[in-house]
Amino acid sequence: MKHAVTLRVNGMDYPVELEGGTPLVRALRDHVGLMGTKEGCDDCECGACMVLVDDKPVNSCTYLALQTVGSEVTTVEGLADGDTLSALQSAFLDQGGVQCGYCTPGMLVSAHALLRRSPDPTEEEVRLALGGNLCRCTGYQKIASAVMQAAKG
Amino acid sequence: MGDVAFHTATTVAEALTLVGDGSDARVVAGGSDLMVGVRSGKSPLPGTVVAIHRIAELHGLGVVAGELRIAALASHAEICADADVCSGWTALADASALVGSHATRNVGTLGGNLMNASPAMETGGPLMVLGATVTLRSAAGDRAVPIEELWTGPGRTVASPGELCTGVVVPALPAHSGSAYVRLEYRRAMEIAIVGASACVTLDESGIVTSARVALTALAPTIIRSPAAEAAILGTDGDDAALDAVAAGASADARPISDLRANEDYRRAMAGVIAKRAVAVAAQRARGESFPIPATPVFMKGSV
Repeated sequence: MKHAVTLRVNGMDYPVELEGGTPLVRALRDHVGLMGTKEGCDDCECGACMVLVDDKPVNSCTYLALQTVGSEVTTVEGLADGDTLSALQSAFLDQGGVQCGYCTPGMLVSAHALLRRSPDPTEEEVRLALGGNLCRCTGYQKIASAVMQAAKG
Repeated sequence: MGDVAFHTATTVAEALTLVGDGSDARVVAGGSDLMVGVRSGKSPLPGTVVAIHRIAELHGLGVVAGELRIAALASHAEICADADVCSGWTALADASALVGSHATRNVGTLGGNLMNASPAMETGGPLMVLGATVTLRSAAGDRAVPIEELWTGPGRTVASPGELCTGVVVPALPAHSGSAYVRLEYRRAMEIAIVGASACVTLDESGIVTSARVALTALAPTIIRSPAAEAAILGTDGDDAALDAVAAGASADARPISDLRANEDYRRAMAGVIAKRAVAVAAQRARGESFPIPATPVFMKGSV
C-alpha cells in the first residue's frame, strides 16, 4: 500500500510515495535522491546509515521512513553549507580520517551530534559516541583525531 | 517491502483499535527490534504496522508519591540521563546506559525492551530486583503484571495480542538500599549480554544485609531470580566469603545454553563472577559509597 507523504530532509520538503515497510535509508536514497547515507550491515549494527531525526542519531536502516513524517531528518548532505564544508568535515580531510569512505557519512553524522551536545569532548567521549559506527578499514585513530580537531576549532 | 499498511496512532485507544485482535498487526515504537527481525527474515512485517511513537501519554518518566513511573516509550537515553533513576534505581541506569549505541538508546524504548522478551535484555533484570510492575492495557482496561510473571519464554510474554504495554511502576526502596546491573561483554558498543546479573540489597544500621534480590540475565529461557545467591548474602555484611557464596549460588541457579556468543560451561562460570560483582556494587551503593554508572565499563578497566 502506497502512502503519499512529505518528508522533511535537510530543511527541504520532499513529497514521496512510500510502502508502509520502507526503511528510512531506502526512502532517502531511492525516493529523496540523497545518496550520502549508506546501507552497510542493514542490521542496525554498523552505523553507515546514521542520520539525525530531530537532532538525534538514528540508524536509518531499521527506522521506518513513515515514522519521520512530522520530524526533521538531517543527512550527511545537510552538514555542509552549500559547497563549504563544516569544520568537522574539513577536519576529516586534514587528519586523513577517510580510507575507503563508506563509513564516513555515518561517522560524520554521529560526530556532528556529539559536538552539538558536548562541544568539548574528551577522546574517550568521542570513542564512545562513535561506538555504533564501524570502520572496516579500522582507521579509528585518525577519525577520533579529526573529531578532536573539530572540537578544538 | 511488501504490501504493508501504516498507521500513526496518537492515543492508546486508537492504537488498540488499529491493532484489533493483533493477528495481522504489530505496533512499532523505535523499530530497533521489529525492523531487525524483518531484515533478518525472522519475522516478516505484518499486514498492518501501527506506529505508537507519537502517543504523548506513553512518553515520560518521573517520581510520583515515591514510586518511579516510566511510560512505555521512555527511551534508554532518557532513562539513563534521569537524575532520579541514577540516584534511586541505579541498576536500571546501569542497564539503560549499556544498550546498543547512542542511536539505539535514542530509539529503543523500555516498553519495547520488555515486551520483546529477550532473555538477554538489559532492563529486565534490574526491574526484577527492583520489584517492578508492568501495566498492560486492552480494550477491557488495565492490568498490572509483576515483572517476574511477564515472560513465558524467549520472545514470549503473558500479554495477549490485543494488549499494549503502557508503562512500568517501580516502588521506592527502603533506606540504606543499593542496586546494580553488571554485564559480561566482549565490546563496549552494540553488544548483547553474554551473561548479566542484577542485585538490590538493603542494609540495617550496622551494615548487615536484611533484604537481597539477585536476577540473572542470558542464563535461562527468561530472566530469573537466583534464590541461592540471595540466601548467600542475606544476614552477612557482604564480606569476601559471602560474595564467594553468592558466586557459587548464581552459578548453581543458572540454566545457560551454548550459542555463538558463549558456551554453557563458560556462561555458568561467568554467572558467578558477574553476580558477585553486581552484589558487591549494590552493597557499596547501599553503604552510600558512589560507584560510576554504568558499572560495567569500570570493570572492563580492571579497577575492581
